[in-house]
Amino acid sequence: MGAVTSMNTAKVANARKDFALFDAQPELAFLDTAASAQKPKQVLAAIEDCYAQHYANIHRGVYKLSQEATMAYEGARKTVAEFINADEREIIFTRNATESINLVASTWGRQNLKAGDVVLLSELEHHANIVPWHMLRDELGIELRIIPMTDEGGITLDAFKSVLDDKVKLLAITHMSNALGTCPPVAEMVKLCKAKGITTLVDGCQAVIHNIVDVKALGCDFFVFSGHKLYGPTGIGVLFGRYDLLEAMPPYQGGGDMIRTVTFDKVTYVPAPGKFEAGTPHIAGAVGLAAAIDYLNSYGRENIFAYEDELYAYATEQLQSIEGLTLYGTDVSRKAVLSFAVDGIHPHDMGTILDQYGVCVRAGHHCAQPLMKRLGVPATTRASVGIYNNKADVDRLVKAINKAKELFHG
Amino acid sequence: MDNLRELYQEMILEHARKPRNFGVLPAANHHAHGHNPLCGDEITVHAQLDAAGNVADVKFEGQGCAISTAAASLMTDMVKGKPAAEVETLFQNFHNAVTGKGGEEKLPTKLKVFAGVKDYPMRVKCATLAWHTLHAAMHNEAEVSTE
Repeated sequence: MGAVTSMNTAKVANARKDFALFDAQPELAFLDTAASAQKPKQVLAAIEDCYAQHYANIHRGVYKLSQEATMAYEGARKTVAEFINADEREIIFTRNATESINLVASTWGRQNLKAGDVVLLSELEHHANIVPWHMLRDELGIELRIIPMTDEGGITLDAFKSVLDDKVKLLAITHMSNALGTCPPVAEMVKLCKAKGITTLVDGCQAVIHNIVDVKALGCDFFVFSGHKLYGPTGIGVLFGRYDLLEAMPPYQGGGDMIRTVTFDKVTYVPAPGKFEAGTPHIAGAVGLAAAIDYLNSYGRENIFAYEDELYAYATEQLQSIEGLTLYGTDVSRKAVLSFAVDGIHPHDMGTILDQYGVCVRAGHHCAQPLMKRLGVPATTRASVGIYNNKADVDRLVKAINKAKELFHG
Repeated sequence: MDNLRELYQEMILEHARKPRNFGVLPAANHHAHGHNPLCGDEITVHAQLDAAGNVADVKFEGQGCAISTAAASLMTDMVKGKPAAEVETLFQNFHNAVTGKGGEEKLPTKLKVFAGVKDYPMRVKCATLAWHTLHAAMHNEAEVSTE
């Protein structure tokens, strides 16, 4: 959390101007980036340019326009690969992180898991990293085992080790909780898994927004994230898979673009990543995601993190000063997310009231019902910070919470 | 604040803080559980219906936001002792009013406080969950889910 004051955070403070939403609504405190981020003009321009000037179907046409579109799409793959330090062949474009996890469950899971095998999840998981494994459990008879969290929403290595045994075949874990912002010690966990031959999948949806991710250094086998939380468009997501694993996996969906030869008797497939990208993909989505990554790089990602950490520290301090407010997930590993409740005010009422004061937050279970149950609350209100937020947003949030208290408690 | 006062009228806040008819009803012969999976609100309605299907007594349990708790509290107050047909009509009128289909004037004064909900489409299900659950209990459906 320590703010690095020597970093050039001043430049980042101007990023708000890159978002058309704030031209139209300068006072809006958009504090729901953890659900989905706003899109900078640079991303919108790249999508427009893709459709307006360089659009044709990819991997097919011999004409120049199709080659341009193919180069833009494959160029986006290269940008994404560099973003997480992977090889281009290890990047598969999907619809979103949810589809990426489903892809792994349907292909690697069906091929490698059998009745009695254990898939290890944590109590922090988003439904996207629970439900696909549930479905596989019903199909294959595998067992789902849960790493318990601390009361503060942290995952300790001891807790992890306590549920680790020879039956565990896959660790599927979040890199950063969407509901609390806490970060399990994923690097150490992956290392322990590697030593035991356990395959690892990391849900990086939140982590890629607030960390430099290096999948090679991390050593995980699969890494997933969505474009839309990273200031990119909706409908585009990423699956990183270690190439030798991808090579051995069967295809996910069948169709055009993923085949080498087709007869009515036999089909052969192109190698990864093509094998996993049946049909015309979201070409402009991939281009938009690459533009979002370029956009973040243009500010320097460390600068963005330092700016966000400073703002997050300020927001934490401000919220903690509100009487009757409880913060959830106070583990030291937390980042960017503030999950809270105020005595006597249900999170949904809070969400409606904050909205009236121009403050956008998420109120609900954050697609993490088991986590809410563990915390003993039906829901929380969640504020999360992004590149465009500033202290004025936090001040608006605090003011609106106090107005809610006034309304409810007189 | 004025818009919010429209939604969170004093009577709604008062019923949310001190819900009436909250708890179990040993004499109840009809029960239903209502759940709004989007927000996690839960309610169980216990109704005691007489041979003719009239609501002799009714109570509720559960947890939810101010709108859903107050809606359940005021609903139970309103339907107690009413014939089944009248409860149905109340539900219809209430539903129409909070979904912006009009007919607020047909509502009894106590239920008119929910008229502000129509301006908050995301909150309509909070206001109607208790009513849907009561309806389910009266029609022998054990579960209801508003999505």
